[in-house]
Amino acid sequence: MKFMAKIGVVGDRDSILLFKAVGLTTFFETEPDSASKTLHRLARKGYEVIYITEELYTQCGEAIASYKSEPFPAIIPIPSNQGNKGIGMAEVKANVEKAIGADILFSEGR
Amino acid sequence: MALQYKPTRMEMSNLKKRKQVAVRGHKMMKDKRDELVRRFIIYIRRNKELREQVEEKLAAAMQDFVLARASMGNEAVEEALMYPARAANVTVGKKYELSVAVPEMTIDQSGAFAYPYGFATTSSELDAAVQALSDLLPLLLELAQVEKTCNRLADEIEKTRRRVNALEYVMIPQFTEAIRQIRMKLEENERGNTTRLMKVKEMMADK
Repeated sequence: MKFMAKIGVVGDRDSILLFKAVGLTTFFETEPDSASKTLHRLARKGYEVIYITEELYTQCGEAIASYKSEPFPAIIPIPSNQGNKGIGMAEVKANVEKAIGADILFSEGR
Repeated sequence: MALQYKPTRMEMSNLKKRKQVAVRGHKMMKDKRDELVRRFIIYIRRNKELREQVEEKLAAAMQDFVLARASMGNEAVEEALMYPARAANVTVGKKYELSVAVPEMTIDQSGAFAYPYGFATTSSELDAAVQALSDLLPLLLELAQVEKTCNRLADEIEKTRRRVNALEYVMIPQFTEAIRQIRMKLEENERGNTTRLMKVKEMMADK
């Protein structure tokens, strides 16, 4: 069963205004509290993918953790216009460590 | 701390059956874990690659956007982007990786890309930024899909590993121990019985 995906972007205005131009739905948030509420609201409304800026991603940990084990929505951190903080990569690394017990991915090439 | 069971044949045969099931389950769980890990490694490699690409390109697009803002002014940019573009044409479904539900997304890019604004008041930097982001969209979607898959697989691997360990180090040894105890108890009873019979026979012979 396939259907049209609903994709949301949450973040501060300057960072995510651009996403509007490519047809994603944007939600301007700067406060962690209201951003968490937005996340819950979007999840209830059946959004499949929510991109969120790294700043808010770290601040809304609780809301995000509650959707970690569900297939939808996928909450994905993206760098904001403040630059890349490496949070997304840290998540990838955390996943590896959780699944395998040791970091096999990032120790390559060292 | 072995479990307490009644030392009967019935109980022992039940336990043996349960142990057999546990051993079979353990083998299956182990296979499942190995396969999950194998797939996980494939996905996580892709995930890392994608994330590197996306972060790099997104930073570039955002830089263009900042330049656009600087050259056009805030209001003009806001105005240009106020009107939403046609929604991205993305379909989403579910697929199963070893009975783990993961999302599957595909983007339809058949339609020609169109800027959601006129060119009269906008600068070329804005065009570049929008174009870059729209090129990035398929990657972004794949990233979402792969990252979620990795997340779910990691969860499932953790769970499966716990089950394997519980079976291997708790359940199966417990069953083995209980069966051994019952067998010893039964043998002891048997010996007791034999001795009693011998004793009775002796007493009968003495009469």
